[in-house]
Amino acid sequence: MAHQRKTLVVVGHGMVGHRFVQAAVERGLTETHDVVVVGQETRAAYDRVGLTSFFEVGAEALSLLPTGAYDDPRVRLLLGTEVLGINPEQRRVHFAEGDLEYDELVLATGAAPFVPPIAGTDLDGCFVYRTIEDLEAIRDAAAGARVGAVVGGGLLGLEAANALAQLGLETHVVEMAPRLMAVQVDAVGGATLTRHVERLGLHVHCEAMTSAVTGEAGRVTGLELRDGEHVPAEVVVFSAGIRPRDALARAAGLDVAERGGVLVDEQCRTSDPHVWAIGECAAPAGRMYGLVAPGYAMAEVVVDALTGGPGTFTGADMSTKLKLLGVDVASFGDAFATTPGALELVFSDAVAGTYKKLVISEDGRTLLGGILVGDATAYGVLRPMVSSGIALPDNPEELILPAGRGGAELGLPDEAQVCSCNDVTKAQIVDHVAREDAPCDSPACVTRCSGAGSTCGSCKPVVKKIVEDWFAAQGREVDTSLCEHFAMTRAELFEVVAIHGYTRFDEIVAAHGTGRGCEVCKPAVASVLASQLNHHVLEGPQRTLQDTNDAYLANIQKNGTYGVMPRIAGGEITPEKLIVLGEVARDFGLYTKITGGQRIDLLGARVEQLPLIWRRLVDAGFESGHAYGKSLRTVKSCVGSTWCRYGVQDSTSLAIMLEERYRGLRSPHKLKSGVSGCARECAEARSKDFGIIATEKGWNLYVGGNGGASPVHARLLAGDLDTETLVRYIDRYLMYYVRTADRLQRTAPWIESLEGGLDRLREVVVDDALGLGTELEAAMARHVDTYFDEWAATLDDPDKLARFVSFVNAPDVPDPQISFTTTRDQVQPAEVDGPVSLGATIPVGAPR
Amino acid sequence: MSAPTATWTPVCRLGDIEVEGGVAALVEGRAVAVFRTWADEVFALSNYDPFSRASVLSRGIVGSRTSGGEAVPYVASPMHKQAFDLRSGQCLDDATVGVPTYGTRVEDGVVLVGPERTTQRETGQEPGTEDE
Ligand code: SRM
Ligand SMILES: Cc1cc2nc3c(=O)[nH]c(=O)nc-3n(C[C@H](O)[C@H](O)[C@H](O)COP(=O)(O)OP(=O)(O)OC[C@H]3O[C@@H](n4cnc5c(N)ncnc54)[C@H](O)[C@@H]3O)c2cc1C
Ligand code: SF4
Ligand code: FES
Repeated sequence: MAHQRKTLVVVGHGMVGHRFVQAAVERGLTETHDVVVVGQETRAAYDRVGLTSFFEVGAEALSLLPTGAYDDPRVRLLLGTEVLGINPEQRRVHFAEGDLEYDELVLATGAAPFVPPIAGTDLDGCFVYRTIEDLEAIRDAAAGARVGAVVGGGLLGLEAANALAQLGLETHVVEMAPRLMAVQVDAVGGATLTRHVERLGLHVHCEAMTSAVTGEAGRVTGLELRDGEHVPAEVVVFSAGIRPRDALARAAGLDVAERGGVLVDEQCRTSDPHVWAIGECAAPAGRMYGLVAPGYAMAEVVVDALTGGPGTFTGADMSTKLKLLGVDVASFGDAFATTPGALELVFSDAVAGTYKKLVISEDGRTLLGGILVGDATAYGVLRPMVSSGIALPDNPEELILPAGRGGAELGLPDEAQVCSCNDVTKAQIVDHVAREDAPCDSPACVTRCSGAGSTCGSCKPVVKKIVEDWFAAQGREVDTSLCEHFAMTRAELFEVVAIHGYTRFDEIVAAHGTGRGCEVCKPAVASVLASQLNHHVLEGPQRTLQDTNDAYLANIQKNGTYGVMPRIAGGEITPEKLIVLGEVARDFGLYTKITGGQRIDLLGARVEQLPLIWRRLVDAGFESGHAYGKSLRTVKSCVGSTWCRYGVQDSTSLAIMLEERYRGLRSPHKLKSGVSGCARECAEARSKDFGIIATEKGWNLYVGGNGGASPVHARLLAGDLDTETLVRYIDRYLMYYVRTADRLQRTAPWIESLEGGLDRLREVVVDDALGLGTELEAAMARHVDTYFDEWAATLDDPDKLARFVSFVNAPDVPDPQISFTTTRDQVQPAEVDGPVSLGATIPVGAPR
Repeated sequence: MSAPTATWTPVCRLGDIEVEGGVAALVEGRAVAVFRTWADEVFALSNYDPFSRASVLSRGIVGSRTSGGEAVPYVASPMHKQAFDLRSGQCLDDATVGVPTYGTRVEDGVVLVGPERTTQRETGQEPGTEDE
């Protein structure tokens, strides 16, 4: 008899509920159970840890389940549905629409922000900070406001305050405790932190108790403090702690912890054997954990229990690092030195604004915890030292002194947990790079395959170090030399050329390289010079550096002829120009084809025909389409709002504008773009290096997409931009790529190679974290201002034209190697075996 | 004995060939690639690339590669980048392949191409190398 399939119901589709379902699918629980996930929010689980970045990246980028459904058909997801009650005796859950029976029930209802019981919290303009909808409402309210206040100066409160400030509000933070982040940092750390926060323009009020929210005509006007002070505010955000959402369990008579949370045992089982609780709603041993990593661990433990495993949850690392505020703060382990006999080692520099404290065991051998304010670079190394208890070096102060080794050189033991969010140890990371079968070849690949670094990102520097150390130990040091002539990367070469102002390969190879160069470094130098100088690529000594296609401003074909592809910006072309293309192709006997890039290729031109063909095209108003260059190719468009009944913006005009702006920009690899007039995405913008999709409010900018051998979808860099901001971001993005990418590295792998990936790119492009914004924009402006058509310029210069001959001593004799057949009424290259000789009878001219 | 001087064909002036560049010339009906190096030496190879079977070698990039402790001047085919030693015509990426070479001389600034010096002429398999 076949086994009856069982039903498992999960209440709550937040971060932990989602992780639970993933683990259930991966570990085979769905072989025996149908899983029904019921989530109150209308969207599928999203990255709440990264909630604040919603303002920059939009909801889609935060989603943990972008397709909105699980691939496994045995998992059903009911969104926008609240569970109203549970009945453990009858094993049923109740909704507004009816009941559902279960065999096992997992509560993953998370937590709710705590709003203090004071008057006025129901006024318009009062918010909490927990869901995407909360943030949307805050953004709308901030649009018409000037001043905002956040009640609560903890980790989340500071994130919320930063968000208000970024939305343009003068922002106050009101904290009851004597210092900010009182749970994580001590008095001196708190004072240092306050100075940093105030320098960012936020107003900090500590030891300030909010006694009421004041209002007028139903709208909030500010906060009344216990000491009588009034803080004006048109937007108020409460971030004064969270409370576990344990109401379902309470009502059903399950045990709850004294301070809230569903009481569970080491296997995360509640007082009913078929009900489990995980994440922020659960209280293992009476304690709730307001971080995602412990929740993930609980999810794994329950899947383990249901599949007969021995896993238990016995507490978790509560280390934290402040994100987003631009202030480094980290706190880990026994930060307050509560262990008997613990010693403290403090380094404080009031001028630089850094405060670092290590808490060390009585015998001075192990690190117990610490606090870092102002400079938390050591966090990535120190935290795993605590969790794995490895011996401290003889001079532990070196770990926090500014010029110290930062601990990076210290060997971590294999079992050291490097990523606490995803519980990945050093040994697991090494396994990913060392294994026989499909090993990872980069830190980014390890993050993808192991999860290490994919959540809060604070462990990424250590992941990178471990991977690099491993490669070095194998003697497989990732060799970043360009070639035997240059022991540097393309990015370094770019800097060298920029700093010294070189204009010739000779100077560069003499000063920084060896030998005479090759087909790798010469085109790379040519590209760097072209990006910086924007001279003609066939100018003087530059000519011999150019790769095959650039050297002839056309694409070489298998028989030595060339393809000619004029620019057809955005794919838009007039009937007159279309006719010219037809006439030119007919007159020169060229094969004609519509390309995948929305333009027309004319193939089969002999080298000596190229200038004649360009002459005709240039006279008709065409210019080079750079189909041959490592440069902008095409910006594909759709018809957009001008014609299409769905279009919300004029995508064709934008595509043409962008193609004309970036045409001719020499870059590490080719660049492609597309602009779609609405989310139907007919221009395939998300398969482009930069793609733009129209929204009701403006444009969404996606980056890092490509087709080709390893297709990648572009990801959202910033949303709802006006055209001016859009162009500014693309300027910065492209110039940053041109400067820092490797040779022949397209944008997707380049973004992966940045430490911090897309988030880092966003910091550079959107937040201008490196302060490079103006410089990058100026570099692009220089490119735009100095653009010229390479074909027309060649036609005007007899020196350059001299190269476009079949033979130097018989310029008009066609290459006998080239012959054609005819297929479907057009020419095609004929296969010719062995060199074809014309015999000695052909007259050749004497040298000029 | 060296070949009779009658077979030396003047093809162009030295100045017509860029430093580290090449030109194609017709020499007795055959397409010959003539290169000029950094040191102003002139070399001539058959223009026919045995890998791609197209007459294109003169359009390749000229460079140097360290091989057996010396800097070998070579041209990389513009089609799929196989390297050919300018002095011997030997393919540096495939020991079984080479192209014919021709004698060269510069007299009064005029480049002359002489008789074919080797006859090794084998075709290689076309490997899939990096695209443009
Ligand atoms: C002509 C065209 C095919 C066609 O008949 O439609 C074409 C032709 C070539 N492609 Fe392409 N690609 C063409 C559209 C595409 C597209 C589609 C698109 O652009 O929307 C793709 C995928 C999208 C992408 O690039 O992300 C594409 C991905 C490639 C790749 C793979 C790139 C990658 O990152 O993996 C290469 C190889 C490379 O660049 O290293 C390549 C390389 C080439 C080269 C340049 C190879 C070469 O060096 O000979 C071909 C030149 C032949 C010639 O002389 O025209 N072509 N190629 C298309 C010209 C579009 C245009 O108007 O400029
Ligand atoms: C701004 C912000 C920043 C943060 N930063 C960090 C950080 O840096 N590091 C860190 O570790 N943690 C951080 N956190 C905390 C982290 O987000 C939480 O620990 C994590 O989301 C908890 O996951 P969960 O699944 O338990 O709860 P949630 O993600 O809240 O999911 C619970 C879900 O259950 C649903 N639900 C509740 N009741 C019902 C019901 N009756 N029926 C149906 N559905 C229901 C809710 O609507 C919700 O969608 C941050 C949180 C916020 C808000
Ligand atoms: S992307 Fe939208 S606007 Fe553009 S053609 Fe398609 S449906 Fe129309
Ligand atoms: S510690 Fe958060 S992602 Fe690794």
